[in-house]
Amino acid sequence: MKTKPRFRLLPMPVHSLLLFIVWLLLNNTVAPGHLVLAAFLAIGIPLLTAGMQDPQPSFRKPLLTIRYTLIVIGDIIVANFEVALLVVGPSKRLNPAFIAVPLNIQHELPITILASTVSLTPGTVSAEISDDKKWLYVHVLHLTNKEALITLIKQRYERPLMEIFEC
Amino acid sequence: MEFWIELVVSVFLVAGAIFVFVGSLGLAKLPDFYTRLHAPTKATTLGMSCLLIASMILVTYQQGYLSLHELLITLFLLITAPVTAHMLAKTAMHHKLEVLDKTSDKALPQRARERMTPQ
Amino acid sequence: MLSIAIVIATTLVCVSLVLNLWRLFIGPNRPDRILALDTMYINSIALIVLFGISSGTTLYFEAALLIAMLGFVSTAAMCKYILRGDLIE
Repeated sequence: MKTKPRFRLLPMPVHSLLLFIVWLLLNNTVAPGHLVLAAFLAIGIPLLTAGMQDPQPSFRKPLLTIRYTLIVIGDIIVANFEVALLVVGPSKRLNPAFIAVPLNIQHELPITILASTVSLTPGTVSAEISDDKKWLYVHVLHLTNKEALITLIKQRYERPLMEIFEC
Repeated sequence: MEFWIELVVSVFLVAGAIFVFVGSLGLAKLPDFYTRLHAPTKATTLGMSCLLIASMILVTYQQGYLSLHELLITLFLLITAPVTAHMLAKTAMHHKLEVLDKTSDKALPQRARERMTPQ
Repeated sequence: MLSIAIVIATTLVCVSLVLNLWRLFIGPNRPDRILALDTMYINSIALIVLFGISSGTTLYFEAALLIAMLGFVSTAAMCKYILRGDLIE
């Protein structure tokens, strides 16, 4: 992984863009004064904080990232209906389980995104990760088929992340 | 106010409130801690998103300019809910909370607490 | 129609707050209580947003954002405290 910044003025371009957008959203305006202030913050804060950053793999494929985000938002809505039905129904019928999902990605940022996605989507909460970063422990609210769930997580969420981060 | 804007806002409000309620109902009635963890992380997050989208549409219509800053709270909740759930699950494993009897693979939390591999 | 929807939504959110409070009282372990408190934070944001809609102002946005941030930080701090017995290592 390369640690040298690509541009001297913008050491973290994605963070700068995010800061710019968040400042404008906070003030709910696109007035010229706030645009100047947002640009100042978006350039100044990364210059101050770039030294503290751990090297992480970067987003290589923006289009795939947008597609992944849309898939996850759709899955969040579907998963919510499923969990709401399970919660309202009788809790005797629940079949909770702990499972361990083997991981192929090794870097911290993709694993964090995968764990967050697993927590938000299909009736699962990521609970712990093993020391060697090869197993993700997951609690399932209602387990019907263990193998199918593991393949779902690996195919639907892990493989796009591996493509996005190219690792 | 136009009828259809009112309709959309009302539907979003009621749907969001129902999801928030289901999340809290799950928190109150599910049998053990790990199952209770599911309801607030998922249902409450989507419920809040629905309420904030309704507020966004209404403010945009009433004030006459595009008001997007409710998106900020939605994004913040979407990012922080999994982190909270993960930390709570970690804490529960550390404290060896009792697991529901019918949970399959009850040996896994012990392995997970030590951060070891499953076998 | 909107006023009826606001009344229904507020009622549901208030009942949720009562349910959370119940779990906060009986919750057999400390993680249960932390979870109930975290859910109460989120439900109070919902109540603030509903109040802002019904009174027609956007003044309460900053309050909601602050509660969201403080709720997350306090939940993380409490988890860390009962996990390690210390906040800053």
